[in-house]
Amino acid sequence: MRVTVLVRPKDGILDPQGEAVQGSLRKLGFVVGGARVGRLVDLEVEAADAAEAKAQVERMCQELLANPLIESFELEVEGG
Amino acid sequence: MSLPPKVAVLVFPGSNDDRDAAWALGALGAEAELVWHAEHELPRGTGAVVLPGGFSYGDYLRCGAIARFAPVLDAVRAFAAAGGPVLGICNGFQILCEAGILPGVLRRNRDLEFVCRDVRLRVERIDTPFTARCEPAQELTIPVKHGEGCWYADEELYGELEAAGQLVLRYAEDCNGSVGDVAGVCNEARNVFGLMPHPEHAVDPLLGSGDGALLLAGLVDAARERSLAAA
Repeated sequence: MRVTVLVRPKDGILDPQGEAVQGSLRKLGFVVGGARVGRLVDLEVEAADAAEAKAQVERMCQELLANPLIESFELEVEGG
Repeated sequence: MSLPPKVAVLVFPGSNDDRDAAWALGALGAEAELVWHAEHELPRGTGAVVLPGGFSYGDYLRCGAIARFAPVLDAVRAFAAAGGPVLGICNGFQILCEAGILPGVLRRNRDLEFVCRDVRLRVERIDTPFTARCEPAQELTIPVKHGEGCWYADEELYGELEAAGQLVLRYAEDCNGSVGDVAGVCNEARNVFGLMPHPEHAVDPLLGSGDGALLLAGLVDAARERSLAAA
Protein backbone atom coordinates (compact mmCIF):
# COMPACT_ATOMS: atom_id res chain seq x y z
CA MET A 1 0.00 0.00 0.00
CA ARG A 2 1.36 3.39 -0.92
CA VAL A 3 1.50 6.07 1.77
CA THR A 4 2.69 9.61 1.20
CA VAL A 5 4.12 11.53 4.14
CA LEU A 6 4.23 15.32 4.09
CA VAL A 7 6.59 16.85 6.64
CA ARG A 8 6.29 20.57 7.28
CA PRO A 9 8.02 23.10 9.49
CA LYS A 10 5.60 23.63 12.38
CA ASP A 11 3.50 26.77 12.44
CA GLY A 12 5.37 29.60 14.08
CA ILE A 13 8.77 28.06 13.36
CA LEU A 14 11.00 30.35 11.32
CA ASP A 15 11.54 28.79 7.89
CA PRO A 16 14.46 30.60 6.24
CA GLN A 17 14.32 28.26 3.25
CA GLY A 18 10.70 29.17 2.64
CA GLU A 19 11.53 32.85 2.96
CA ALA A 20 14.33 32.53 0.41
CA VAL A 21 11.97 30.72 -1.99
CA GLN A 22 9.33 33.39 -1.49
CA GLY A 23 11.86 36.16 -2.16
CA SER A 24 13.03 34.45 -5.34
CA LEU A 25 9.49 33.96 -6.61
CA ARG A 26 8.79 37.64 -6.00
CA LYS A 27 11.89 38.57 -7.98
CA LEU A 28 10.44 36.56 -10.87
CA GLY A 29 7.31 38.70 -10.66
CA PHE A 30 5.01 36.22 -8.94
CA VAL A 31 2.70 37.43 -6.22
CA VAL A 32 3.32 35.09 -3.29
CA GLY A 33 2.00 35.75 0.18
CA GLY A 34 4.09 33.07 1.84
CA ALA A 35 6.17 29.98 1.18
CA ARG A 36 7.13 27.12 3.49
CA VAL A 37 9.45 24.32 2.44
CA GLY A 38 8.97 20.81 3.79
CA ARG A 39 9.72 17.25 2.70
CA LEU A 40 7.78 14.49 0.99
CA VAL A 41 8.35 10.77 1.57
CA ASP A 42 6.62 8.09 -0.51
CA LEU A 43 6.43 4.72 1.20
CA GLU A 44 5.31 1.24 0.20
CA VAL A 45 4.02 -0.57 3.27
CA GLU A 46 2.53 -4.02 3.88
CA ALA A 47 -0.82 -3.58 5.55
CA ALA A 48 -4.23 -5.26 5.56
CA ASP A 49 -6.09 -2.01 5.18
CA ALA A 50 -5.68 1.76 5.10
CA ALA A 51 -6.14 2.15 8.86
CA GLU A 52 -3.33 -0.30 9.58
CA ALA A 53 -1.06 1.39 7.03
CA LYS A 54 -1.79 4.74 8.57
CA ALA A 55 -1.02 3.52 12.10
CA GLN A 56 2.29 2.06 10.94
CA VAL A 57 3.40 5.21 9.16
CA GLU A 58 2.36 7.42 12.06
CA ARG A 59 4.82 5.51 14.22
CA MET A 60 7.51 5.90 11.55
CA CYS A 61 6.94 9.66 11.58
CA GLN A 62 7.12 9.88 15.34
CA GLU A 63 10.29 7.81 15.54
CA LEU A 64 12.23 9.01 12.50
CA LEU A 65 10.64 10.83 9.59
CA ALA A 66 9.74 14.02 11.48
CA ASN A 67 11.33 15.76 14.45
CA PRO A 68 8.39 16.69 16.67
CA LEU A 69 10.23 19.72 18.10
CA ILE A 70 10.13 21.54 14.78
CA GLU A 71 8.06 19.56 12.29
CA SER A 72 4.48 18.46 11.82
CA PHE A 73 3.41 15.67 9.48
CA GLU A 74 0.41 14.61 7.47
CA LEU A 75 -0.34 11.26 5.79
CA GLU A 76 -2.12 10.37 2.60
CA VAL A 77 -2.99 6.69 2.17
CA GLU A 78 -3.69 5.62 -1.39
CA GLY A 79 -7.36 4.69 -1.59
CA GLY A 80 -7.69 5.38 2.14
CA MET B 1 53.09 6.23 36.57
CA SER B 2 49.47 5.98 35.56
CA LEU B 3 48.43 5.25 32.00
CA PRO B 4 46.97 8.07 29.91
CA PRO B 5 43.16 8.16 30.09
CA LYS B 6 41.47 6.53 27.12
CA VAL B 7 39.03 8.59 25.04
CA ALA B 8 36.96 6.83 22.39
CA VAL B 9 36.47 8.97 19.26
CA LEU B 10 33.59 7.59 17.23
CA VAL B 11 33.90 7.34 13.45
CA PHE B 12 30.75 7.36 11.33
CA PRO B 13 30.69 7.14 7.54
CA GLY B 14 31.10 10.84 6.74
CA SER B 15 32.89 11.90 9.93
CA ASN B 16 35.77 14.20 8.99
CA ASP B 17 37.02 15.72 12.24
CA ASP B 18 37.70 12.42 13.97
CA ARG B 19 41.46 12.56 13.34
CA ASP B 20 41.76 16.20 14.41
CA ALA B 21 39.90 15.35 17.61
CA ALA B 22 42.14 12.35 18.24
CA TRP B 23 45.27 14.43 17.58
CA ALA B 24 44.13 17.22 19.91
CA LEU B 25 43.25 14.75 22.69
CA GLY B 26 46.64 13.11 22.26
CA ALA B 27 48.34 16.49 22.56
CA LEU B 28 46.44 17.02 25.82
CA GLY B 29 47.69 13.79 27.35
CA ALA B 30 44.91 11.34 26.47
CA GLU B 31 45.11 8.13 24.49
CA ALA B 32 42.53 8.57 21.74
CA GLU B 33 41.13 5.45 20.11
CA LEU B 34 39.06 5.67 16.93
CA VAL B 35 35.94 3.49 17.18
CA TRP B 36 33.98 2.51 14.07
CA HIS B 37 30.22 3.11 14.22
CA ALA B 38 29.39 -0.57 13.67
CA GLU B 39 31.05 -1.62 16.94
CA HIS B 40 28.65 -2.76 19.65
CA GLU B 41 30.95 -1.95 22.54
CA LEU B 42 33.34 0.80 23.58
CA PRO B 43 37.00 -0.22 24.11
CA ARG B 44 37.88 -1.56 27.55
CA GLY B 45 38.85 1.21 29.93
CA THR B 46 37.13 3.99 27.98
CA GLY B 47 37.07 7.07 30.21
CA ALA B 48 35.25 9.46 27.85
CA VAL B 49 33.61 9.49 24.43
CA VAL B 50 33.79 12.09 21.65
CA LEU B 51 31.32 12.27 18.75
CA PRO B 52 33.25 14.28 16.17
CA GLY B 53 32.22 16.69 13.45
CA GLY B 54 31.44 15.78 9.88
CA PHE B 55 28.47 14.72 7.79
CA SER B 56 27.51 11.32 9.16
CA TYR B 57 25.49 9.26 6.68
CA GLY B 58 25.51 12.22 4.30
CA ASP B 59 23.27 14.21 6.66
CA TYR B 60 20.35 12.42 5.00
CA LEU B 61 16.82 13.23 6.23
CA ARG B 62 18.06 15.56 9.00
CA CYS B 63 21.60 16.06 10.35
CA GLY B 64 22.32 13.30 12.84
CA ALA B 65 18.97 11.57 12.31
CA ILE B 66 20.42 8.39 10.81
CA ALA B 67 23.59 8.20 12.92
CA ARG B 68 21.52 7.79 16.03
CA PHE B 69 20.75 4.23 14.88
CA ALA B 70 24.42 3.25 14.67
CA PRO B 71 25.14 0.16 16.82
CA VAL B 72 27.80 2.03 18.82
CA LEU B 73 25.22 4.58 19.95
CA ASP B 74 23.60 1.99 22.25
CA ALA B 75 26.96 1.60 23.99
CA VAL B 76 27.33 5.38 24.22
CA ARG B 77 23.85 5.69 25.67
CA ALA B 78 24.68 3.14 28.36
CA PHE B 79 28.05 4.84 29.05
CA ALA B 80 26.34 8.22 29.42
CA ALA B 81 23.58 6.79 31.62
CA ALA B 82 26.29 5.43 33.93
CA GLY B 83 27.73 8.93 34.27
CA GLY B 84 30.51 8.68 31.68
CA PRO B 85 31.57 11.98 30.09
CA VAL B 86 30.42 12.36 26.47
CA LEU B 87 31.25 15.29 24.19
CA GLY B 88 29.52 15.96 20.86
CA ILE B 89 31.15 18.44 18.50
CA CYS B 90 29.16 19.94 15.60
CA ASN B 91 27.72 16.87 13.83
CA GLY B 92 28.26 15.01 17.09
CA PHE B 93 26.07 17.60 18.82
CA GLN B 94 23.42 17.14 16.11
CA ILE B 95 23.51 13.37 16.64
CA LEU B 96 23.13 13.69 20.44
CA CYS B 97 20.12 15.99 19.95
CA GLU B 98 18.47 13.70 17.40
CA ALA B 99 19.08 10.76 19.74
CA GLY B 100 17.28 12.63 22.52
CA ILE B 101 20.40 12.52 24.73
CA LEU B 102 20.67 16.31 24.58
CA PRO B 103 17.74 18.74 24.42
CA GLY B 104 16.74 20.80 21.39
CA VAL B 105 17.53 20.42 17.71
CA LEU B 106 19.97 21.96 15.23
CA ARG B 107 18.37 23.59 12.20
CA ARG B 108 19.50 25.33 9.04
CA ASN B 109 21.33 28.57 9.84
CA ARG B 110 18.98 31.55 9.84
CA ASP B 111 20.75 33.23 6.91
CA LEU B 112 21.03 29.94 4.98
CA GLU B 113 24.78 30.44 4.75
CA PHE B 114 27.52 28.07 5.76
CA VAL B 115 29.35 29.89 8.55
CA CYS B 116 33.10 29.21 8.68
CA ARG B 117 35.10 31.53 10.92
CA ASP B 118 36.40 32.13 14.42
CA VAL B 119 33.62 33.16 16.80
CA ARG B 120 33.70 34.61 20.28
CA LEU B 121 31.90 32.54 22.91
CA ARG B 122 30.94 33.18 26.50
CA VAL B 123 31.13 30.43 29.11
CA GLU B 124 27.85 30.54 31.04
CA ARG B 125 28.41 27.61 33.37
CA ILE B 126 31.62 26.25 34.80
CA ASP B 127 29.91 23.51 36.80
CA THR B 128 30.37 20.90 34.08
CA PRO B 129 33.46 18.73 33.56
CA PHE B 130 33.92 20.32 30.13
CA THR B 131 34.09 23.90 31.37
CA ALA B 132 35.67 23.22 34.78
CA ARG B 133 38.97 24.75 33.64
CA CYS B 134 37.27 28.00 32.53
CA GLU B 135 36.62 31.15 34.54
CA PRO B 136 33.01 32.28 35.06
CA ALA B 137 31.85 34.31 32.01
CA GLN B 138 35.19 33.71 30.32
CA GLU B 139 35.31 34.61 26.65
CA LEU B 140 36.73 32.00 24.28
CA THR B 141 37.59 32.22 20.60
CA ILE B 142 36.92 28.96 18.76
CA PRO B 143 36.09 28.37 15.07
CA VAL B 144 32.72 27.21 13.76
CA LYS B 145 32.05 25.64 10.37
CA HIS B 146 28.48 24.59 9.83
CA GLY B 147 25.38 25.09 7.72
CA GLU B 148 22.96 23.65 10.26
CA GLY B 149 23.95 24.99 13.65
CA CYS B 150 20.92 27.05 14.55
CA TRP B 151 19.95 25.49 17.87
CA TYR B 152 16.24 25.58 18.61
CA ALA B 153 14.09 24.90 21.66
CA ASP B 154 10.58 26.21 22.18
CA GLU B 155 9.96 28.76 24.91
CA GLU B 156 8.93 26.21 27.51
CA LEU B 157 11.94 23.95 26.97
CA TYR B 158 14.29 26.95 26.81
CA GLY B 159 12.99 28.20 30.17
CA GLU B 160 13.46 24.77 31.74
CA LEU B 161 17.03 24.48 30.44
CA GLU B 162 17.94 27.95 31.59
CA ALA B 163 16.53 27.30 35.05
CA ALA B 164 18.42 24.00 35.25
CA GLY B 165 21.68 25.66 34.19
CA GLN B 166 22.05 23.51 31.06
CA LEU B 167 22.82 26.38 28.65
CA VAL B 168 26.59 26.13 29.02
CA LEU B 169 27.97 28.17 26.15
CA ARG B 170 26.63 31.15 24.17
CA TYR B 171 27.88 33.03 21.13
CA ALA B 172 29.14 36.46 22.17
CA GLU B 173 28.35 37.67 18.63
CA ASP B 174 25.70 36.95 16.03
CA CYS B 175 26.46 33.56 14.46
CA ASN B 176 23.61 31.48 13.10
CA GLY B 177 20.29 32.51 14.64
CA SER B 178 20.33 30.07 17.58
CA VAL B 179 17.67 30.71 20.22
CA GLY B 180 19.32 32.72 23.00
CA ASP B 181 22.60 32.60 21.02
CA VAL B 182 23.13 29.16 22.52
CA ALA B 183 26.29 27.47 21.25
CA GLY B 184 26.43 24.49 23.62
CA VAL B 185 24.12 22.63 26.01
CA CYS B 186 24.53 19.82 28.51
CA ASN B 187 22.16 17.17 29.85
CA GLU B 188 20.56 17.37 33.24
CA ALA B 189 23.25 15.23 34.87
CA ARG B 190 25.92 17.50 33.27
CA ASN B 191 28.04 14.61 31.95
CA VAL B 192 26.99 14.98 28.30
CA PHE B 193 27.81 18.17 26.44
CA GLY B 194 27.34 19.21 22.82
CA LEU B 195 28.53 22.32 21.02
CA MET B 196 28.70 23.61 17.46
CA PRO B 197 32.16 25.26 17.67
CA HIS B 198 35.21 23.04 17.14
CA PRO B 199 37.53 23.01 20.17
CA GLU B 200 39.76 20.45 18.42
CA HIS B 201 40.65 23.10 15.83
CA ALA B 202 41.77 25.53 18.53
CA VAL B 203 44.37 23.78 20.63
CA ASP B 204 47.46 25.65 19.41
CA PRO B 205 47.85 29.45 19.34
CA LEU B 206 49.93 28.99 16.20
CA LEU B 207 46.68 28.20 14.36
CA GLY B 208 44.79 31.21 15.72
CA SER B 209 43.58 30.20 19.17
CA GLY B 210 44.36 27.73 21.92
CA ASP B 211 41.04 28.24 23.72
CA GLY B 212 39.56 24.93 22.60
CA ALA B 213 42.21 23.16 24.68
CA LEU B 214 40.48 24.42 27.84
CA LEU B 215 37.32 22.48 26.99
CA LEU B 216 39.09 19.34 25.76
CA ALA B 217 41.44 19.33 28.76
CA GLY B 218 38.33 19.36 30.96
CA LEU B 219 37.15 16.26 29.12
CA VAL B 220 40.54 14.59 29.56
CA ASP B 221 40.45 15.40 33.30
CA ALA B 222 37.02 13.78 33.54
CA ALA B 223 38.23 10.74 31.59
CA ARG B 224 41.20 10.38 33.94
CA GLU B 225 38.96 10.54 37.01
CA ARG B 226 36.66 7.95 35.54
CA SER B 227 39.51 5.61 34.64
CA LEU B 228 40.93 5.90 38.17
CA ALA B 229 37.53 5.24 39.71
CA ALA B 230 37.07 2.16 37.52
CA ALA B 231 40.57 0.80 38.24
